[in-house]
Amino acid sequence: MSSPKIIGGPEAYRHDLLGYQTGFVLAAILTIVPFALVAWGTFPATTVRWVIGIFGVTQILVHVRYFLHVDLSAERREELYLMLFSASLVLTMIAGTLWILFNLYARMM
Amino acid sequence: MNTIADSHGANPTVDADIAPRRAFGLSFEPEYGHEHDRARITLSGFWLFMMSDLIIFGLMFATYVSMLKPMSFAGGPTPKDLFELRGAALETAALLTSTFTFGLASLAIKYDRGRAQVTFWLMVTLALGLVFLGLEVSEFVRMFAAGAVPQRSGFLSGFFGLVPLHGLHVTAGSIWLVMMLFQIRKAGLTDDVKSRLARLALFWHFLDLIWVGIFSVVYLGGIG
Repeated sequence: MSSPKIIGGPEAYRHDLLGYQTGFVLAAILTIVPFALVAWGTFPATTVRWVIGIFGVTQILVHVRYFLHVDLSAERREELYLMLFSASLVLTMIAGTLWILFNLYARMM
Repeated sequence: MNTIADSHGANPTVDADIAPRRAFGLSFEPEYGHEHDRARITLSGFWLFMMSDLIIFGLMFATYVSMLKPMSFAGGPTPKDLFELRGAALETAALLTSTFTFGLASLAIKYDRGRAQVTFWLMVTLALGLVFLGLEVSEFVRMFAAGAVPQRSGFLSGFFGLVPLHGLHVTAGSIWLVMMLFQIRKAGLTDDVKSRLARLALFWHFLDLIWVGIFSVVYLGGIG
């Protein structure tokens, strides 16, 4: 849970509820826009891909912030570092795999 | 002699009430027996599990994307032939809403809104999870009927490595949810039950996060 600035009572509840609602609305917008672009089908493929990518990454950040409650505060530092380290491992492995395999494809053509 | 034994934690019964107890392993602070600390540490451990799970998903994503060159379709169906935007949109809606309703359940636990409210939101979450699984299974059945089986091409092997792995996680999460509903019914919202629900909440939110990657890369990337 994110730590509410006002502790106790219905205000703290509303603060936390607002967090989940904000996350839900942002995630919904970040989902609907790329889906709509693909459904439309009139925009150039490269533009659509960029929008999908940027909106996807943004939505992951929204999930981390509002649902997993990991932010830049001191008490979340452990989880934040763990996530950043894991993310860097994953990105290295994905980038490395794709680099090598697409290089192989190119050589086999 | 005694001090050496204590510092290694080898003989905890010696002078247990004189010297402060040390936590096990590489931990330099005295051990606190509080339930709260234990729950916090367990949650940290669950974070470690989720991040290793993230790495498995990451490699499945890498495998899938590396199988997107026309050569890997092996003359079989392509993403454009197979994927339907409507199904993917419905699955996404079900899972995203379920992560929100789990949030409402977490809030009901945190602010002691009572067992009935917690149970209600968890049931809604479970129902949405099952809707998601139903949609996913029907999609796989349709693909199988069209001859799109895992062994058809590299692309389909990659697809059936990644997407059903996520579905399997949602299945495990749903079973876990059912078990927690039984525990709430039988034992009530005890500290143990709350601690398990906190981990399940993390797991469920994490699955939705993975799904964002799947619908972006597999479905939207495949159709668009």
